Amino acid sequence: MTHQEISEKIKLQFPQAIIETKFEGVVDPYVKIIPEQIFEVMLFLHVDENLKFDFLMCLSGIDTGKGNLGVVYNLFSMTHRHKINIKVEVPKEKPEVPSITNVFPAANWHEREAFDLIGIIFTGHPDPRRILMPYDWEGHPLRKDYKTPEFYQGMKIPY
Amino acid sequence: MGLLDKKFENGNIVITSIDSLLNWARLSSMWPVQFGLACCAIEMMATGASHYDLDRFGIFFRATPRQADVMIISGTVTLKMAPRIKLLYDQMSEPRYVISMGSCANCGGPYWEHGYHVLKGVDRVIPVDVYIPGCPPRPEALLEGIMKLQEKIRSESLAKKSA
Repeated sequence: MTHQEISEKIKLQFPQAIIETKFEGVVDPYVKIIPEQIFEVMLFLHVDENLKFDFLMCLSGIDTGKGNLGVVYNLFSMTHRHKINIKVEVPKEKPEVPSITNVFPAANWHEREAFDLIGIIFTGHPDPRRILMPYDWEGHPLRKDYKTPEFYQGMKIPY
Repeated sequence: MGLLDKKFENGNIVITSIDSLLNWARLSSMWPVQFGLACCAIEMMATGASHYDLDRFGIFFRATPRQADVMIISGTVTLKMAPRIKLLYDQMSEPRYVISMGSCANCGGPYWEHGYHVLKGVDRVIPVDVYIPGCPPRPEALLEGIMKLQEKIRSESLAKKSA
């Protein structure tokens, strides 16, 4: 199935969900979804017979640098050999995105990483801890406005 | 240091003989703690394997710090790992030595500027005896570092240093 057809199927099922689509002139064509409906859309993409996206290739947290945080989901279907990228964007003040761990168990650690480094809060996540940084670390290091602290547990950090 | 180390005011004929015996024993069987941190650990493993063969220096990796004399910091020390390294070092019995292997352990290496998660040199948490440069150092370099440490141990004395 082409990206346009996949996008049309999502639009048919969730008329209000799609904010933006881009298929031409980008390396990875994407469909941008409102964050409130990401779980339902993912479930639909996963279970629908004609789509059957059974493989979450990657889940990345991003800081757009324009006051928004985002999540990119790279999906692939082993059955139909097609793929699509789903994006959501949330404001930095309230960066809450529903967790999709119940659809794709592989999202569990990816979401923990996106929380750890970017600070996106995945609501409904079964284990919302940091995954890489120490548990008592403050801040989210891959944000554009992150400032490296001077000390961590009495150890000087800057060179 | 150990029970006898640095307890004697002046060197004399008895101490010099004991010195050379103790130093010989220590430098001939340096047992490192068996743990690796990053890619340097791969080189350390290669050094321990049959081609470079650390066993011929009397070096065996021990799985517990309580049986170890040497700690080879083989790789990037992250801020999350640093308190654990300190804990392992504290558990080692004296006399104990530390070899800092590779640029990361020496000074932060490639993470020196933007590495928010990296300790810029393991000598910020534990004292280091020998620094080995390289990224990662080849097994020959690690062997050289080990022989430098043997040299250092050979020149130690039970007598207090006169100030």
